[in-house]
Amino acid sequence: MSIALNAPGTSQLFIGNEAIARGALEAGIGFAAAYPGTPSSEIIGSLAQVAKDVGIYVEWSVNEKVAVEAAAGVSFAGIRALAAMKQNGVNVACDFLSNLVMSGIGKRGLVLIVCDDPSAISSSNEQDTRPVAKWLDIPLVEPGDFQEAKDMTRWLFDLSEELGTICMLRSVTRIAHARGNVKLGELPQIRHKAFFDQVHDLSNLMPTRYIPVPSPVRHLFQHMRLNRAKEKFETVPFNRYVGPRNPELLIVTCGSCWLYSLDAVKALKIDDRVGILKLGTLWPLPEKFIQDHVANAEKILFVEEIDPFLEQNVVEFIASLPSIGRLPAFYGKRSGHLNAYGELNPDTVIKAICSIMNLTYQPRPVDFSSRAESFKKSHVPERSMTFCPGCPHRATFWAIKNALKLDGRNGFVTGDIGCYSMAIGPAGFMQVRTMHCMGAGAGIANGLGKLGQFGFDQPVLAVVGDSTFYHATIPALVNGIYNKSNFILVILDNSATAMTGFQPHPGTGMTAMGEPTDVVSMEALCRALGAKVEVCDPFDLKSTTATLLDMMAQGGGAKVVIMRRECELVRSKKQQAPYRVCVDEKKCIGESCGCDRLCTRVFLCPGLIWDKKAGKAKIDDVICTGCGVCADICPRGAIVKEAR
Amino acid sequence: MRTKGRWKDPLNLVITGVGGQGNVLISLVVGKALVDAGYFVTIGETYGASQRGGPVMSHVRISKDTQYSPFIPDGFADIVLGMEPVETLRMLSRYGNPSVVTIVNPRPIYSIDVTGGQASYPDLDELMSAIRQLSAKVWVVNATEEAQKMGSAMFANSVLIGALVASKVMPLDKERVELVLRETFPKEIDANILAFRKGMELAKLE
Repeated sequence: MSIALNAPGTSQLFIGNEAIARGALEAGIGFAAAYPGTPSSEIIGSLAQVAKDVGIYVEWSVNEKVAVEAAAGVSFAGIRALAAMKQNGVNVACDFLSNLVMSGIGKRGLVLIVCDDPSAISSSNEQDTRPVAKWLDIPLVEPGDFQEAKDMTRWLFDLSEELGTICMLRSVTRIAHARGNVKLGELPQIRHKAFFDQVHDLSNLMPTRYIPVPSPVRHLFQHMRLNRAKEKFETVPFNRYVGPRNPELLIVTCGSCWLYSLDAVKALKIDDRVGILKLGTLWPLPEKFIQDHVANAEKILFVEEIDPFLEQNVVEFIASLPSIGRLPAFYGKRSGHLNAYGELNPDTVIKAICSIMNLTYQPRPVDFSSRAESFKKSHVPERSMTFCPGCPHRATFWAIKNALKLDGRNGFVTGDIGCYSMAIGPAGFMQVRTMHCMGAGAGIANGLGKLGQFGFDQPVLAVVGDSTFYHATIPALVNGIYNKSNFILVILDNSATAMTGFQPHPGTGMTAMGEPTDVVSMEALCRALGAKVEVCDPFDLKSTTATLLDMMAQGGGAKVVIMRRECELVRSKKQQAPYRVCVDEKKCIGESCGCDRLCTRVFLCPGLIWDKKAGKAKIDDVICTGCGVCADICPRGAIVKEAR
Repeated sequence: MRTKGRWKDPLNLVITGVGGQGNVLISLVVGKALVDAGYFVTIGETYGASQRGGPVMSHVRISKDTQYSPFIPDGFADIVLGMEPVETLRMLSRYGNPSVVTIVNPRPIYSIDVTGGQASYPDLDELMSAIRQLSAKVWVVNATEEAQKMGSAMFANSVLIGALVASKVMPLDKERVELVLRETFPKEIDANILAFRKGMELAKLE
């Protein structure tokens, strides 16, 4: 269902990201930009789908820094703008953000949405962005449910405009990617003209310009804006209290933990004994509001994901109150009742409450539990993540593995962020030895490639995806070429930002709004920089392996190999499978072959299974996508592919 | 699920399977139909990285009163809808209780741990027996098999949605669900409606 539905008052089932996008539409944004990153991607994804209909501009920017810079430029010209990203993206954007805070924004609101990923379900780390807002000196809010995700976003544009600063909304996976009821508001009809106003502003006798200097003065201005934000936060409906007048235990919480706390109190049937203070405005803290509710509390439990952000700041505030006599007992991450890592859920909150209040909790009969546990041990095998059937990355890493072995100099792979990160495990034959942030594999290779004088002669393959190449790898490649660092940049070009939902990027020839545009050719770009470039089809295992071997043998500076093959999930939406694949039962002799079941034990495509009774490999026709690559790895030629 | 004409509140449904089978679509169809019927619906999903062949689950929680969290507490499932038998048992062992009812597609999908030999897939009869021992009632629906007869294993979702409606364990109305299916699968709607009705038929036979 469309987020642009013009049906005020109706209830829709939105994921948190759609609710945020709807809130931005209700706020009358004219511009939205982001780089895709789970769990934030659907904000721009859903806005892009309706952009033409509602007359706004939406783009997938090349990275988060450019996204937020572009959005700031739009705000300078008097149009409301939004930038969205995952937690890691904030790091990329922070250099600009720390200066934008000093320069201030334009006449119209600018909002930054950040989706954190507690437990790093789809991330390389689980950093908490809330402390970033604090050190940036910007107002920070966090929605506690889906309705708030929409309402807060809408309201945050007003606040940003009133204060003249960028404001941050932090969400987490269980709001961003969970679904719930959202009652729609009105879509605005007003349209502003974009104009960069250079007229002198009489109030400060300076021409209008957005500059961070003189910094100490600008810094003071920002602190004054924060003080105004604090006053506003005292009365907003996003901060509220539920529970008895004098609770035995007061829970202080925010975000999805608000819903977990409600669930926990309900499951324990103690809503007459426990109060919940739910904060929606997290920085600066609504101090008077907090003071009113903690005045009589004897025990306070902080329930939040990931860092003890509320815990540290609220405790510090309470301890600084002149009227405070005896401090309440504080529980949370510092006391060990909750973890300062990983996501929480109703059960972790239940456990913490039980421990503090000496309660026992038995959600199901003991005999049922022990039966369930025992079946789980005996009848539930592991299910590891892997590349999809037909994924070009499996073939690429197969070729890499064989090429490194044939080369024989202990060559290895420095990795990056994308589906191909799974090559740290059996899916990619454990080939990836380093994995950090976007572009880091190539950066690390730059250092390794300069170690010749220390006797280092191991080939280094820096593996990066196509979208990641444009995002953060180009400077590392320029560095490697200019400084003659010895490594091979292997670009896995599957024509999509596959990990986050197949968003287009500068190599695809399509914009977020579905307009065709000119491709920024990665091979032309690399050649123009002076790199030797080869393009391979990873499904042609033989020639890909030979190209890699040849490039490694050449040495002498940074080189580029592009592995070009469309993501199978994208391809299969457009065309039928290329091959019909089956196992010739006469040729497959199973364990007695001497291949050590190369197809099922090593290659590990989920479309290939082991028929225990027959003692032979078999194709699972529900899973197999007919790529035919396994036919080329079977040493006996027992896997047969027939063109469809 | 229902006592004296009143549905349990909240009512907690776990949908489970393997990444790629279409968990999210089932939860979306069920959720939309229930919002249209005036319920608060919260759906928690595992997706993103877990799409790639790992276990996936959706928690669907419905209430007439309030918005619940996207996580069903351990031991609090009322219904488990499983697209794959091992995943069904995985969810029952964590979220099940003596009154949970189960709808299961018995078609195994082997993990790379199983094909690679680090783990072994249990005997299917034993697996189904374990599922029965942890459920108050079980509907076995050969959704993949039926869907393949219709031309593609992808229709298994719609078969299972049909079974869920026919089992009458949730306040789902056939017409309303068909309407949502038409909105959700406009391209292959005829096949999906057929699959949905087949699922209803199969669950009634059980």
